[in-house]
Amino acid sequence: MSARRKLSLGERLVIAAPYLWIGAFFLAPMLLIAKISVSQSVLARPPYRPIFEPSDSLAAIWAKAQTFTFDAYRALVSDTLYLESYLYSLTIAAVSTLITLIIAYPFALAMARAPERLRPLLIGLAAAPFWTSFLIRVYAWIALLKDEGLINNALMALGLITAPLQMFATTGAVVVGIVYSYLPFMLLPLYAVLERQDPSLREAAADLGASPAQVFLRVTLPLSREGVVAGALLVFIPAVGEFVIPDLLGGSETLMIGRTLWNDFFSNHDWPAASAAAIVLVAVLMIPLLLWERARLADEGGA
Amino acid sequence: MSAVVSWARRATLLIGFVFLYAPIVILAVMSFNASRLVSVWGGFSTKWYAALLENEQLLHSAKISLAAALTSATISTLLGLLAAISLTRFGRFRTRFLFFGAVHAPLVLPEVVLGLALLTCFVAFGVGRGFITLVIGHVTLTMCFTTVAILAALRDSDPALEEAAMDLGATPFGAFVRVALPQIAPAIVTAYLLAFTLSLDDLVIASFATGPGATTLPMRIYSQVRLGVSPQINAISTLLLALVAVALGLAALVSSSRARRDGQVVTSLARAPDNAS
Amino acid sequence: MSAPLLSIKSVSKKFGAVVALEEVSLDVGAGEFFALLGPSGCGKTTLMRCIAGFESPDAGTIALSGVDLSGVPPNRRPVNMMFQSYALFPHLNVFENIAFGLRRQGETRDAIDARVNELLAMTQLSVFGHRRIAELSGGQKQRVALARALAPRPKMLLLDEPLGALDRKLREETQFQLKEIQRRTQTSFVIVTHDQDEALALADRIAVMRAGRVEQVAGPMEIYDRPATRFVAGFVGETNFIEGRLDRNGAAALITEFGRIPCEPGNLPDGAQATLSVRPERIGVARDGEGIVGFVEDFVFRGETTLLRVRVASNIVLRAAASHGERHAIGDSVRLSFPPGAGALLAEER
Repeated sequence: MSARRKLSLGERLVIAAPYLWIGAFFLAPMLLIAKISVSQSVLARPPYRPIFEPSDSLAAIWAKAQTFTFDAYRALVSDTLYLESYLYSLTIAAVSTLITLIIAYPFALAMARAPERLRPLLIGLAAAPFWTSFLIRVYAWIALLKDEGLINNALMALGLITAPLQMFATTGAVVVGIVYSYLPFMLLPLYAVLERQDPSLREAAADLGASPAQVFLRVTLPLSREGVVAGALLVFIPAVGEFVIPDLLGGSETLMIGRTLWNDFFSNHDWPAASAAAIVLVAVLMIPLLLWERARLADEGGA
Repeated sequence: MSAVVSWARRATLLIGFVFLYAPIVILAVMSFNASRLVSVWGGFSTKWYAALLENEQLLHSAKISLAAALTSATISTLLGLLAAISLTRFGRFRTRFLFFGAVHAPLVLPEVVLGLALLTCFVAFGVGRGFITLVIGHVTLTMCFTTVAILAALRDSDPALEEAAMDLGATPFGAFVRVALPQIAPAIVTAYLLAFTLSLDDLVIASFATGPGATTLPMRIYSQVRLGVSPQINAISTLLLALVAVALGLAALVSSSRARRDGQVVTSLARAPDNAS
Repeated sequence: MSAPLLSIKSVSKKFGAVVALEEVSLDVGAGEFFALLGPSGCGKTTLMRCIAGFESPDAGTIALSGVDLSGVPPNRRPVNMMFQSYALFPHLNVFENIAFGLRRQGETRDAIDARVNELLAMTQLSVFGHRRIAELSGGQKQRVALARALAPRPKMLLLDEPLGALDRKLREETQFQLKEIQRRTQTSFVIVTHDQDEALALADRIAVMRAGRVEQVAGPMEIYDRPATRFVAGFVGETNFIEGRLDRNGAAALITEFGRIPCEPGNLPDGAQATLSVRPERIGVARDGEGIVGFVEDFVFRGETTLLRVRVASNIVLRAAASHGERHAIGDSVRLSFPPGAGALLAEER
């Protein structure tokens, strides 16, 4: 099976539909924004130049290609708005991922060590919110976090505070929103590795003199690395490009890149800038994935 | 296991589930609050639900969303099935690497980027935006999920079964339809449901891909929510949550009764704790 | 025997309604190779897990060197276990697996290095120290598991089906290695197994267990030649159960449907109904001469011997082993002879 082979006619018919679909609606659009990112922004519709026409001669295409510019990318570096957005997004995503991990680990561990007949129910309950609307779950937090929201009311009723805490429209609210929304993504891979772990490994460690804390640190934790990494990526990657959560829970200072992009595209009509920002965002997100893949390959082939 | 550890686990589970469910439950309770204010309980009322029925904009959007979810999930599941078959049954064909990457890439692509790319493409080719472009967007978004779900099941299915069918005279196509397909049927259903809920829930792609006259429910909710908490939104949210809860409950019931049937053998085996094997 | 190293006194354990151990009492001496033998579900693994500290008995005591172990967690017991699945840590290499217990004891670097290297040499793994567990063969994994359990110099080593995962040829080789290592380290080994050959080959003494109880504790020869109960006789080795009436007049014998079979009567009274267990290889097979007449129904070539199924009465078929070189055909008539002491009279089933 290792030799590359040609597909038979029947096989080609099967693969044609998905191939054409991703070609037309994924690869072509991605190439287009790559092209737009090196185009010039103009006040027109569509708001960029040059535009290639099917009737263009080779010479015309060449002439138009001469006008390609890296202005949009230069602007990304010089414009502090974009730089800040990237840094802010990465920081928020990293902090949220860490907090999600800290909450999810004991939760997943408790589920994995629960009596076996309870486990399907527990994991079902933990995964169920994933099937409900993301938008609604984020929205639910508004009622909790607002100045006149339930948390502030409760705290004031208990006499713990006298004036409402500003929680809504803050960076903290964005982090809470991300942690809450993405918790199932962290729980599921963690639970999967922890539940799969052979209990006799822990018994063997205890048998060889390891205290419960040592068993956790030397056996359980290192053996769950795969789940930690998978969960972290599943939270971190979408969190970086997140739009809804910062838009609904964040304040005006929460400049996450997804939101900046959206604004540039819809409000400023600066398509080349937004396209360049999108291309850079994709490149940034590829880095952790490639590192992960490399670590995995090294693990498998290691000596 | 010591009692302390056991109590710590129970407490962890309790806190975890309260964190996961409290916001949703509070939202549902607030939808029955007669008062418009979050902080005041004005008595039990279903008036916001009644108001929903008169909100024609919202009802129209709900229909659009439902239609888009049904259509896009169907196309997406079909394409996902074809893609998964290509990736598991065709060996190492020449453009497999490209195909594999392109099929999986939307999984990690921020929705904002995918939406932006689709919109620029529609504009560049002069495609008018509306229901059809919305469905295209959702199929593109969900196809990677359906592919992954079906791919996993196809990889787990035993190729010897199909070989046995072919040995008994079935054509490769016949063997797939009669042997492999029934085995992966649960994965196909899961894939469909996944695509359906993702489409129903999507705000970002829809905002880019749709046009006038085809505003989806999440878009309506979003524009309302930006203005703050609204009792009508609480009500429609609760309805959507209840729908999912009922669907999940039914799915759990079906799978647990099936598991109980299969499980009897397992429990009788497990009853002897001193199992030498 | 001096004070036993391990002393188990009337230990009982239930899992829900299932009785795993019922009033089990056993002693294991220092430096002894002891086997817990029984079919799956007999409680032998539960007993071992009670000794290691992974389960606690509902009643009874387990003491090591006179010290009661109840309430002592597994990590504080001077007993190590070799798991059936080996339970090797996949994230650590061979060296670190073996060093795991030593590191928990806070030994110095040099001491750990020396001890691990000693064990690597003993188990013929010296060149594998830096291998990952996934890169080892089944036999190598088995040796790593053994070395790891021996490294902290436990007073007693518990081995849960240590050869169960190996193929037959390797199992035989490993039996010798295991015995050799036990002799060299002078450690008490307690092995759990469902394989009678393994128990007979390895152990100084064997406890045969059934349904949570100990049926017999004795040396391998005695277990084989003088089984105390029908269960022990049937579980350990192949046997014929011959029913009859005891005749103590003159040379004691069992009167059966097909003839007189000499036996040692023990303390059974004259005329008692009794069961005699006779191993197939203890029955003499000849073409003619003295003996009980029978007809060959069937035979299986076993290499060293040929196992015959011989009909001696309309409803009784005995199994007898004919030695190598003798040829028999189905339907042949043969003579079976029973030397005195060939069989063991069994106690009544309780």
